[in-house]
Amino acid sequence: MSDTKPLVRLAGIRKVFSNGTEAIRGLDLDVRSGEFISLLGPSGCGKSTALRMIAGLGEPSEGSIDWPSSTYDAAGKPEREIGFVFQEPTLMPWATVFDNVALPFTLKDRPKHDVAARVHEALAMVGLDRFAKSYPRELSGGMKMRVSIARALVLRPKVLLMDEPFAALDEITRFKLNNDLLGLWEKQRWTVVFVTHSVYESVYLSTRIVVMAARPGRVVGELAVPAPYPRGTNFRTSQPYNDLCRNVSEMLDRAMDAESAS
Amino acid sequence: MSSSGTDGLWARHSRYALPAGAGLVFLAAWEWAVAAWNVPKFVLPAPSLIAAAIVNDGPSLMKSLWFTTKVTLGAFLSAVVTGISLGVLFTLNRTLERTLWPYAVMLQVTPVVAIAPLVIIWVGFEKLWLALLILAWLVAFFPILSNTTIGLSSADHGLKNLFELYGASRWKRFRYLQFPSALPYILGGVRVSGGLALIGAVVAEFVAGSGTATGLAWRIVESGNMLNIPRMFAALLMLSVFGIVLFYLTMWLQWALLHRWHESQVRREN
Repeated sequence: MSDTKPLVRLAGIRKVFSNGTEAIRGLDLDVRSGEFISLLGPSGCGKSTALRMIAGLGEPSEGSIDWPSSTYDAAGKPEREIGFVFQEPTLMPWATVFDNVALPFTLKDRPKHDVAARVHEALAMVGLDRFAKSYPRELSGGMKMRVSIARALVLRPKVLLMDEPFAALDEITRFKLNNDLLGLWEKQRWTVVFVTHSVYESVYLSTRIVVMAARPGRVVGELAVPAPYPRGTNFRTSQPYNDLCRNVSEMLDRAMDAESAS
Repeated sequence: MSSSGTDGLWARHSRYALPAGAGLVFLAAWEWAVAAWNVPKFVLPAPSLIAAAIVNDGPSLMKSLWFTTKVTLGAFLSAVVTGISLGVLFTLNRTLERTLWPYAVMLQVTPVVAIAPLVIIWVGFEKLWLALLILAWLVAFFPILSNTTIGLSSADHGLKNLFELYGASRWKRFRYLQFPSALPYILGGVRVSGGLALIGAVVAEFVAGSGTATGLAWRIVESGNMLNIPRMFAALLMLSVFGIVLFYLTMWLQWALLHRWHESQVRREN
């Protein structure tokens, strides 16, 4: 990683909602190119809010979000090359899988000629090329999530933002999608910011974990996960994995204790 | 296995066979009762007499049916066009919605019978069909307007975010998100409105009286006045059949546009 400038820099972020709730206070975070960062914390710690602000959905009340490695347009907006995966698959039920994945092209007025190839490429990445003509209702929960991931990847973004994407899935499907996501990430090496409330998921996937606490949402600790990739069942059942999970859990516990004491 | 074959046949045809059979039994009982108790035909004519009236008065009744059909379909189509257009305008411009919505409600809640004489006077007896069309339209357009307005603002929040994320223009948001989300609501409104257009046309014909109106509803009133009850029943029957055709047409439209994706039209095997 020769590029020393971070991809995204959050500095002194504070977010107060219109009802007066302080969702985030004093959040500083550098996202560097090629990282797989997990934002981990209990409900209400502002992790999703932070992710949405990185995406440009909502502005911080104080502080700044900069994209030091990106160009800015005339209106002063950064060229965010992001893909976003929501907690729900968020597919258009009236459109086929193909049209759902092609949506970013449709909305961005990209030339049509290479769209089909790119959509099929994205669908092939998530193993769903055969289902291009299906409608979302014909797919299982895990398959819908894959379509959602394909849609996020179709514009070949630099940063993939994922907001608890696997929280609603059963454990077997979640393990499978964890592995598939890691497989893709190892090949493509985009930057990932992954929001989760699962200690195990965050340790398994990430290069770095940022632990957050609630009321107000803030960072209480950071932890690098030095384990090499590819990671698989061996890693999931290893001693280092367990140690890391314990460290992260203790960090979370301390954060929760401090929260209930305050 | 043969029993399951018979069951399959029965399952397929019972939808039509059951009501048709019940109807035949009812008609036979009616025919018999009228004869057995010597019911005068100006009180309750036998089904055979009604059938004869359909044959004898067929050509003139068909003309009346055609008139009512034109008024109903004209009102229905105008309701679809104006209801959807106004709904879209209301969604694009909230000030317009706030300004005009109370008047739309006022038109809806005022009984059509009460406005009919006024509308007929304004439009003039020489263009009575237009007066009838306006009255039927008044009854039919509100469900489409109200459903369009609700439907256009019911798009999924996550999808709205996604469209914002990709910088979708207002037109694209409408074309690819709001309108498809609203379609099931709009079609629900269209279905209700089809029936209401017919009711509106019939009520308007009743109020308009004779004049140049020769619709089926007026033929019912006229036959009643002349105690020609078999013809009254014949006209009534034609009106019902027309209503059923209209109902199935709107149902088909709903199926055609939604069956690929919408939960209401999907058959599941569990």
